Amino acid sequence: MVRIWGSLTSATDGQADVEIEATTLKELLDGLSEKYPAIRPQLQRGVSVSIDGKIYNDSWFQPIKPDSEVVLLRRIVGG
Amino acid sequence: MPLDDQTPGQKPGEARQFKVVGTRPLRPDGIDKVTGRARFGADMSAPGMLIGRVLRSPHAHARIRSIDASKAEALEGVKAVVTRADFGAGDDDVADILDNCMAGEKALYDGHAVAAVAATSAAIARKALKLIDVDYETLPHVVDVDAAMKPDAPVLHEGLSDETVPDGVSQNVVHRVEFGHGDVEAGFAKADKVLERSFKTAATHQGYIEPHACLATMGTDGIADLWVCTQGHYMVRNTCAAILGIDQGKLRVTASEIGGGFGGKTTVFLEPVALALSRKANRPVKMTMTREEVLRATGPTSSTSIDVKIGMNKDGKITAASADLRYQGGAYQGSPADMGSMTAFAPYDLENVKTVGWDVVTNRPKAAAYRAPGAPMAAFAVESVVDELAKGFGLDPLDVRLKNAAREGTKSSYGPTFPAIGLEATLQAAKDHPHWKAPLGPNQGRGVACGFWFNFGGDTCVSLNITPDGTVTLSEGNPDIGGSRASMSMMAAEELGIPYDQVRTVIADTGALGQNEVTDGSRVTFAVGLATIKAARNAKKVLCERAAMVWGIDPEAVEWADGCARPAGDNAGKFPPMSLKEIAAIASNTGGPVAGHFEVNAEGAGVSFATHMVDTEVDPETGAVKVVRYTVFQDAGKAVHPAYVEGQFQGGAVQGIGWALNEEYIYGEDGRLQNPGFLDYRIPVASDLPMIDTVILEIPNPGHPYGVRGVGETSIVPPLAAIANSVSEAAGVRMTDLPMSPPKVLAAIQNG
Repeated sequence: MVRIWGSLTSATDGQADVEIEATTLKELLDGLSEKYPAIRPQLQRGVSVSIDGKIYNDSWFQPIKPDSEVVLLRRIVGG
Repeated sequence: MPLDDQTPGQKPGEARQFKVVGTRPLRPDGIDKVTGRARFGADMSAPGMLIGRVLRSPHAHARIRSIDASKAEALEGVKAVVTRADFGAGDDDVADILDNCMAGEKALYDGHAVAAVAATSAAIARKALKLIDVDYETLPHVVDVDAAMKPDAPVLHEGLSDETVPDGVSQNVVHRVEFGHGDVEAGFAKADKVLERSFKTAATHQGYIEPHACLATMGTDGIADLWVCTQGHYMVRNTCAAILGIDQGKLRVTASEIGGGFGGKTTVFLEPVALALSRKANRPVKMTMTREEVLRATGPTSSTSIDVKIGMNKDGKITAASADLRYQGGAYQGSPADMGSMTAFAPYDLENVKTVGWDVVTNRPKAAAYRAPGAPMAAFAVESVVDELAKGFGLDPLDVRLKNAAREGTKSSYGPTFPAIGLEATLQAAKDHPHWKAPLGPNQGRGVACGFWFNFGGDTCVSLNITPDGTVTLSEGNPDIGGSRASMSMMAAEELGIPYDQVRTVIADTGALGQNEVTDGSRVTFAVGLATIKAARNAKKVLCERAAMVWGIDPEAVEWADGCARPAGDNAGKFPPMSLKEIAAIASNTGGPVAGHFEVNAEGAGVSFATHMVDTEVDPETGAVKVVRYTVFQDAGKAVHPAYVEGQFQGGAVQGIGWALNEEYIYGEDGRLQNPGFLDYRIPVASDLPMIDTVILEIPNPGHPYGVRGVGETSIVPPLAAIANSVSEAAGVRMTDLPMSPPKVLAAIQNG
């Protein structure tokens, strides 16, 4: 189950929580892109993903457990 | 060899006992900086070097019909002139950066670069600029974020709005984001009181003392070198290579000492221009900005306009909260409205919350990152309303924050559920501190506010080498803006069990290490520290193998403790310990030089919270505000070098004081910046400030071997709000417009 932010729900038929079969970050992003093509422009702009409260930007093979909390975030930037 | 995160003899669950980490050794760059020996961006020269200068637009918005540089090119001593025509199309990823470095079809703000000259002297270069004839068609401009959103506003870029932007607003709105959960309207209906306020914050500059500067050399063979003042020389390499169409491996970038960055040196301005001039002139080219150029043409932060609505019950419980955050990011997309929307309510455990962020372009310089980009303005607005509601109910503002504080298990306003976090600890430390109970004088007020920031890690490389005499050199790829040379030396010394002064850390050039993320995101002590510890552990493994070789025993039977290889137990045999120096001395006899390195994308950094408390005194006759006492409470995970951590806390508070009280970009009716200098753009100086007191909390970060948490950014999040809450109490009127400069405060007092 992936939680996505409010304005992105227009790409997921209004759903804030969507179901994607994934054991890694890459599978998650690929699955999202395939299931919800309208989300692709945002994925191309870049996202961060919170997995169990920790933020990941790039690590494709970061494991996702069946009970992990996964949240899609705007790409985190810093100064 | 055991390589876990515990010290020898440490039992599971016990706090690790450090010998070097947590002490305050002398900083390694101190003597260089106080004697003037340190080499900054403008301190490098090369034989045959030319001086580069930039011609900048005097218009806020203008179409460039043509540029005639023939007279400049004919001037004796001029070796090259470049305009946008000298750059290729470049990658899409760097299109905006290129256009910001050198304007294409339009000049989009006052100070936008339109041409550049390289000449044999600065005087000739300046004279040549005057000979360049630019034919402008001036266009209507807009610099205010709310004005830029109106349907009839002058448009900077046709068709820039993406799919998230609703119909009916200007094309200057690039992107809209929305975060939150629950039902805010239902939550407001349950509240004893609902308060709605609007806020404005001015654009402020990072205010680094050292202007941008670089020295570029690019030959006809396509091989290039760049010496530059930057927060990330790997970023400079990659960006310049993309802009100039060259291979990254052919451009070597060396970072100079850096006189401040604060996020503003996380992109490029002069660097691709200097390389293009050098390529055209076939000579080295040095470029240095004036202060005026820094203020007109490098990235300030966004100015903002924010509406906040919060419902609260009489007991202080927040029932719902919402915010509409409008950030202008200058002439290109990318304002941190999204970060403001994610961080605004992050300190609170809310059942119903909604934020909407708007990224808007205006005729101002492209916004750059500034410590915790986007968060301070959002915190200012939210924390002001929380404060006003708490005081309206006669409640203690710290108690109200504690009552609503996010904690482990809270579903954050931006989505994820928080793991163990340190917000309550900072609030409780503030409540228990003598500052909170100290009496106030006449015309004085006290304010508090919380702040949140994410922190991240990113690509990181460290190489640790042991010299034949047993001293250690450590190479990292991140310019040292917050004490990283000291903290890396300390963590390497801790891990190797040797004194701090036996390790020297240097910032390697881009040819020496793999890719390194910019020094930003409060990442370096966390990520480079993690890589340093792992690199030292890899070196220790080799050191143990060498000792095992000498002793003729299995490497697994050797452990490293207190700077020596030792037999791991009685069964390993009885051998006297071998020190690092002894093993280094025979390295050539046992297989060759000893080193350890580590490369990682250090993901999974933990979030960070702070609480600030400030007393101010308002002069009722002039509106001038004096900060009389200030205390910062922040979780550092583990403070590697507490003096640097205190410096980060103090620096964030001081920059926040400037942002809250004096700093602002002032534009005239013509869209030109009116105050591009430190006389008229007023940053705080030492005589404006009290001692900034600090309380370092140490709640270990489980994602780092020593428990380190980034501290570089969070400290600038609470001050705008804390100071506004303090000034509002002292002045007796709620201040909602930053900066709270004397005329504004006086008018607010007089108007009630």
